Amino acid sequence: MSKKRKKRTKWLKNFKFNKRSNRYINPYVGGFFLGLLIIVALYFSGEGLGSSGGYRDVAVAVLDKVTPEYAHNNSYIGPRLASGESPLKTWLVFELIGVIMGAILSAAIFNRLHLRIGKAPHLTDKKRLLFAVIGGILWGIGTQLGRGCTSGLVLSGMAVNSLSGYIGLIGIFGFGFIFAIIFKSIWIKTNK
Amino acid sequence: MGPLYPQEIINSEFNILIGLFIGVVFGFLLEASGFTNTRKLAGVFYGYDATVIKVFFTAAMTAAIGLLIMHYLGWIDVKLTFYPKTFWIPTLVGGAIMGAGFIIGGFCPGTSLCAAATGKIDAVVFIGGVFLGIFGFIFTYDSLFSGLRMSGKMGETDIAQWLGISDGLFIFIMIIVTFASFFVFQKWQDSHTKDMDQRDLNELGLKKPE
Repeated sequence: MSKKRKKRTKWLKNFKFNKRSNRYINPYVGGFFLGLLIIVALYFSGEGLGSSGGYRDVAVAVLDKVTPEYAHNNSYIGPRLASGESPLKTWLVFELIGVIMGAILSAAIFNRLHLRIGKAPHLTDKKRLLFAVIGGILWGIGTQLGRGCTSGLVLSGMAVNSLSGYIGLIGIFGFGFIFAIIFKSIWIKTNK
Repeated sequence: MGPLYPQEIINSEFNILIGLFIGVVFGFLLEASGFTNTRKLAGVFYGYDATVIKVFFTAAMTAAIGLLIMHYLGWIDVKLTFYPKTFWIPTLVGGAIMGAGFIIGGFCPGTSLCAAATGKIDAVVFIGGVFLGIFGFIFTYDSLFSGLRMSGKMGETDIAQWLGISDGLFIFIMIIVTFASFFVFQKWQDSHTKDMDQRDLNELGLKKPE
């Protein structure tokens, strides 16, 4: 093996297989490309980047399969089933399928595909999972009430200067800082 | 002139294919930026990790500036896109509920999907919770949420027009706010990372301040 080649593989090894340290891309570079992606989505499809809308479409499809009559008569989701098209054949659902693929691709490249529970070290696994499900439930309600989540409501909303996006920003991040004080013990080890 | 699909310049199959492609890049960027790491996401609220603010505001401002330029050049009519209608009361209340969900659950819907896809068990559980919440909302919509959800209706409101200034001036002010927030959150992060264990720094992918 030539010296040059050896050097290159060593670099690659450090980059890919260093288990002790997480390597993330520069946040400003990531943000810049995310911004360009929003423009592409708006230019071609007239859609913002969204997540919770796709979750809702899946929930609607499940109810349509399990209790079609109830689903069609429900005043919140009934109108979405009126066209007769599958609620899964939406732009947002396909975007979310892409999100899964893209995340796996990135994690594979950076060697982060591991089965594990992410949490602050002092928190027990049981507590972490309990808090995760409670947080999820709150998001499920909040996104339907507030018309979107961090990506669809706030990020894409801010991109088009919508008042709604900025109200969402104040809601999620503004109140987030208040709740952060109340629930500090989930993330920060406090000496009792 | 864009947007293409709403004006039927491209067909719906091609449009959905674009959605898939955009999703792949979106998921890649979220994972590569560290948004599957729940401690990084929570870190913005406690000051030890400014990554979320940096990525989020850079993305929003890049898009806002780009769209403003494209609007002036006549390349895109933003009002033909998904442009959100403002219902300020439910969005503020829903936002507060999501804020609580962010702190307690450590994810938002997009980041939890990336995290679950890459093996984080807590994210799988979180997603289960999201569906429970959505089903609960659907089942109780008429009795509990319908009045609140439709209150505070303002239509498709542009924040700059609402404030009585031009879009350009609003974005200019936001750019200043953005740079100020980068500065403040970086200082806050540095004040934490300078005393942090190397193990924690490695897990968060951060370095000590120079």
